[in-house]
Amino acid sequence: MSLFEQKVSELHERLHKKEISVTDLVDESYKRIGQVEDKVKAFLTLDEENARNQAKRLDDQLVKGENEGALFGMPIGVKDNIVTKNLRTTCASKILENFDPIYDATVVQKLQKAETVTIGKLNMDEFAMGSSNENSAFQATRNPWNTEYVPGGSSGGSAASVASGEVLFSLGSDTGGSIRQPAAYCGVVGLKPTYGRVSRFGLVAFASSLDQIGPVTRTVEDNAYLLEAISGVDPMDSTSANVDVPNFVNSLTGDVRGLKIAVPKEYLGEGVGEEARNSVLEALKVLEGLGAQWEEVSLPHSKYALAAYYLLSSSEASANLSRFDGVRYGHRTDNAETLIEMYKQTRAEGFGDEVKRRIMLGTFSLSSGYYDAYYKKAQKVRTLIKKDFEDVFEKYDVIVGPTTPTPAFKIGEKVDDPLTMYANDILTIPVNLAGVPGISVPCGFAANGLPLGLQMIGKHFDESTIYRAAHAFEQATDFHKQFPKL
Amino acid sequence: MSRISMEQVKHVAHLARLAITEEEAKQFQHQLDQMISFAEQLNELDTDQVNPTSHVLDMKNVMREDVAKPGLPVEEVVKNAPDSKEGYIRVPSIIE
Repeated sequence: MSLFEQKVSELHERLHKKEISVTDLVDESYKRIGQVEDKVKAFLTLDEENARNQAKRLDDQLVKGENEGALFGMPIGVKDNIVTKNLRTTCASKILENFDPIYDATVVQKLQKAETVTIGKLNMDEFAMGSSNENSAFQATRNPWNTEYVPGGSSGGSAASVASGEVLFSLGSDTGGSIRQPAAYCGVVGLKPTYGRVSRFGLVAFASSLDQIGPVTRTVEDNAYLLEAISGVDPMDSTSANVDVPNFVNSLTGDVRGLKIAVPKEYLGEGVGEEARNSVLEALKVLEGLGAQWEEVSLPHSKYALAAYYLLSSSEASANLSRFDGVRYGHRTDNAETLIEMYKQTRAEGFGDEVKRRIMLGTFSLSSGYYDAYYKKAQKVRTLIKKDFEDVFEKYDVIVGPTTPTPAFKIGEKVDDPLTMYANDILTIPVNLAGVPGISVPCGFAANGLPLGLQMIGKHFDESTIYRAAHAFEQATDFHKQFPKL
Repeated sequence: MSRISMEQVKHVAHLARLAITEEEAKQFQHQLDQMISFAEQLNELDTDQVNPTSHVLDMKNVMREDVAKPGLPVEEVVKNAPDSKEGYIRVPSIIE
């Protein structure tokens, strides 16, 4: 049995009792990577020498009986759009192929404080734009449950590395579903925190008003531990919120009696597959059995979320990605005489097709004469979508639905059709537009053997309630106890 | 008939500082047209009385004390620059 089939709290106890060492945990990671990485292709960069040295240092601390925190010695993977000092960070883009960051993201500093061990950097869709990891400039990560299928995206490496047991847990980022969708496809737990809960300092920006870093784990309890470690206001990110960070693990009481669940009819309607719908209805029975109540509600503007999201996120991306110009870092073309040609040619050579497409759409929506009709219109629709959630949360504690309309699709199946690809995200995107937290927990398997995810959405800064509900559901089912055979 | 002309596509690519081939311009014309017609479903909604949302949390003007602090060392800052000399970043000439 893999050590990583145990929870953080169990491993912590065993470290404390000296039954295992941090070196054992780090060995477990690299051993598993040696066995399965050929098939999974989750990592872009490994940091083995540093990780092993750090493990030795932590083991020395352990011998001295120095007080260790909950995450002490736990091996973690980090998505490759989160900067790590002196550890290559590429955003899975050719334009940053050799980028060597000169500082650590706030979440990475927090991990160091918690004394986790970084195993390596995880693959993603280029600049987090995509739902399958096929947009990585370097490799396509595979779904550990069936390597002919995508792991989801953009945090595909984050989900696949955890599902395949290469790391105990990982960090991803979520702009329109990029943590929850791959978590659902790979049968693990992924949370997008409330906008502002976690500092974005050092997260390479895609769409600044939507991006959040969040944890990908095997269990809800591990997820709660990791979120607590990375949360909190940060002077380096003026959009991080000055709110208390609760002890999320304390909220995992197993008690959901009287919990009021809203099930939006739009999340079980048109475009949502039979298997996803049925798995949610089964999950609702489980929650009812535990004493929760559910009713059907409406989020009437759901169908407009996808269009609003693509205009807003692409507009923000076109501004954010203007920093990649061949001047201060990253690729610079050899084929230009003038400065402006240097910019244009550098960007043409460095960016992939999907990134270019979104820069074009964003630049168009922000350009003179189109701003009001597209960008501003989308911002107004965002207000309506946010209001939909506020109305439902006046009467209910949690919104529940599928994370994705279908299980994972085959590699290559949707790569030529942007709009079909984007439709994977119809159930996760509204959550980012409203800024509320959302979690995906495993809730079954499709006929083809691939996992399905249950999405639970909470009020602003109320991750505790969705953790409580997700944990109660998880403990009443055994989907999280199944592991892919690689 | 595309609602975006080839001239517009090339203008947007110029604004975005992206060199594109004739072939790519045609492809972008088609894809932008698709995405924009998809986005036009938003016109079904009457939003005259709706304020735009640019940020979901109720916060504004986040201030900090105006205290001088050391920045990053110059040699670190230029470390990733494709072309630098003596602490400066070099680019093709800007003025003719």
